[in-house]
Amino acid sequence: MTAKEAHITVRDLTMAYGDYVLMRDLNFTINRGDIFIVMGGSGCGKSTLMTILIGLKAPAKGKVLYGEVDFWGADAQTRDRVIRRAGVMYQSGALWSSMTLAENVSLPLETYTDLSPGQTREVVELKLALVGLAGFEEFYPSEISGGMQKRAGIARAMALDPEILFFDEPSAGLDPVSARRLDDLILELNESLGTTMVVVTHELASIFAIGSNSVFLDVSQRTMTATGNPNQLLAETKDPTLRMFLTRGEKS
Amino acid sequence: MTAHGEMIMEYPSADTVKLVLSGAWKLGGELPGDDKVQQTLQDKPGVRKVVFDTRELATWDTGLLTFLMNLSKFCSRQHININSDGLPGGAKKLLELASAVPEKKDARQAEERVEFFTYLGDETIYLVQSAGALLAFIGDAVIAFQRLLRGKAQFRRADLGSIMQAVGAQALPIVSLICFLVGLILAFIGAIQLQLFGAQIYVADLVGIAMVRLMAAIMTGIVMAGRTGGAFAAQLGTMQVNQEIDALKTLGISPMEFLVLPRMLALGLMMPLLCLYANLMGILGGMVVGVGMLDIGLIEYYNETAKAVGLWNLGIGLFSGCVFGIIVALSGCMRGMQCGRSAAAVGDAATSAVVTAIVGIIISTALITIICNFLGI
Repeated sequence: MTAKEAHITVRDLTMAYGDYVLMRDLNFTINRGDIFIVMGGSGCGKSTLMTILIGLKAPAKGKVLYGEVDFWGADAQTRDRVIRRAGVMYQSGALWSSMTLAENVSLPLETYTDLSPGQTREVVELKLALVGLAGFEEFYPSEISGGMQKRAGIARAMALDPEILFFDEPSAGLDPVSARRLDDLILELNESLGTTMVVVTHELASIFAIGSNSVFLDVSQRTMTATGNPNQLLAETKDPTLRMFLTRGEKS
Repeated sequence: MTAHGEMIMEYPSADTVKLVLSGAWKLGGELPGDDKVQQTLQDKPGVRKVVFDTRELATWDTGLLTFLMNLSKFCSRQHININSDGLPGGAKKLLELASAVPEKKDARQAEERVEFFTYLGDETIYLVQSAGALLAFIGDAVIAFQRLLRGKAQFRRADLGSIMQAVGAQALPIVSLICFLVGLILAFIGAIQLQLFGAQIYVADLVGIAMVRLMAAIMTGIVMAGRTGGAFAAQLGTMQVNQEIDALKTLGISPMEFLVLPRMLALGLMMPLLCLYANLMGILGGMVVGVGMLDIGLIEYYNETAKAVGLWNLGIGLFSGCVFGIIVALSGCMRGMQCGRSAAAVGDAATSAVVTAIVGIIISTALITIICNFLGI
């Protein structure tokens, strides 16, 4: 096994809304090629952590390092440049509702590449086919189901072949089979493209199926209490809160 | 069986109260309050235990549960033991479920009483901050415009086209109606005064100058503020709620260029054209009154209008139209971009966009009028 290379490093991070501190002293490392799970109960700040990682909200304190680059210490241009190599799937898909799926996926391509219209169309068709939406190019987001919107959101996030993909609650609101397919898709993309995945979720099935590394945010202590492979955490943890979370509170 | 719930208190031993519940304990029916029990418990400090007898209880729902919850909260404060064995099985379980997760003490937002001066200070600070936000937004818009001039701005030409259609061509019916009627009204009002001197013909001057120089631009501006400014705010606000704007930002696409710039351009280009059209409709409205009611000849009315309305009037009118267009677009887009993440916030954004735009239009009209007066045009 080769030594893993740190992709994102979080150091002494504190998240706060005004005076209200959500989480403090977060320290963890996301390695290249990881499927990294951010888990925790509702309202613990999982999604807020993601907005900090993708550059939408500044942390109250602490650092986020992308490789060697201090993300929030740098200027806006550097941040733009760093985050352009990442793709984000938002909780509700966040597709641009006035554009068709094809236009949604092609906008990043048109903005950052010099592909010809024909090439762009081919790439768009490929990305949509990868998420199982071949033939839906000319549909508008409002014309397809919630699960399809999420998958289209992944296709858009993958448009520029990013090094990191962020997923905000990918399986929330999906039926079990669709959720499972989405997990398979994440695994498949991770294996075949080597993309680092950061997944914010509290779906236990997903956590154990896809997670290779994780951090657990404990809402009662306002900080992280564990990091590591979720399956290993389940086997080894002595922390009652984490055990309760990972076993749905059921006694084994 | 009784139609409403009843409660009898018994005292089987010195330290025990037994509540015998009977009848229908249903929400909305007549139920004994728990204050009676609390009173009794306070009067008899020796009581350490509450038990229940519900053999006569016919039906129950949330009405019984709220009674029990209040009672158990009171008892835990007074360190009185509640024995729920006598309760119906379902009620006992639900009660346990309701008290399984302890109440989060700091989650309830404390309702602070705000002193008047604190309130005044907060509002003043907010006002200053929002003025700063307005300036920052205008600055961003100017930078986006510069990038457009250098050919670097990122937006879709197709978007510009469809927005221009929505704010231009589709606004024609309402602009026609409003401006035609405003022309008509002006002519009526003028006619009453001018008829006294037999100077009906000057109705054409009055309507022509008023419409072309000012009224057409103001009326179109206000129509557009309501029609388009509100729509822009609602569109961008909904995009904010759906995280669509976040999605643009994380792709490194400036929402300012992608969303705000085409809207500003579209209104800035379309408003002068709408104003030109509104001028014609206003003059037409005046002509209907002049020709139909005041017996002025059609050609005569036309000639009088053409004589009265100079190029300067037209220029000032169209310039005002362009300014109003940009004001409407800016306020609509700004309120939309500042929108919070709820349905109510979208409504507030739309309202505030229309108000901001109308205030902006009136203030800039005053400024333009004063400046023109100084310049003597």
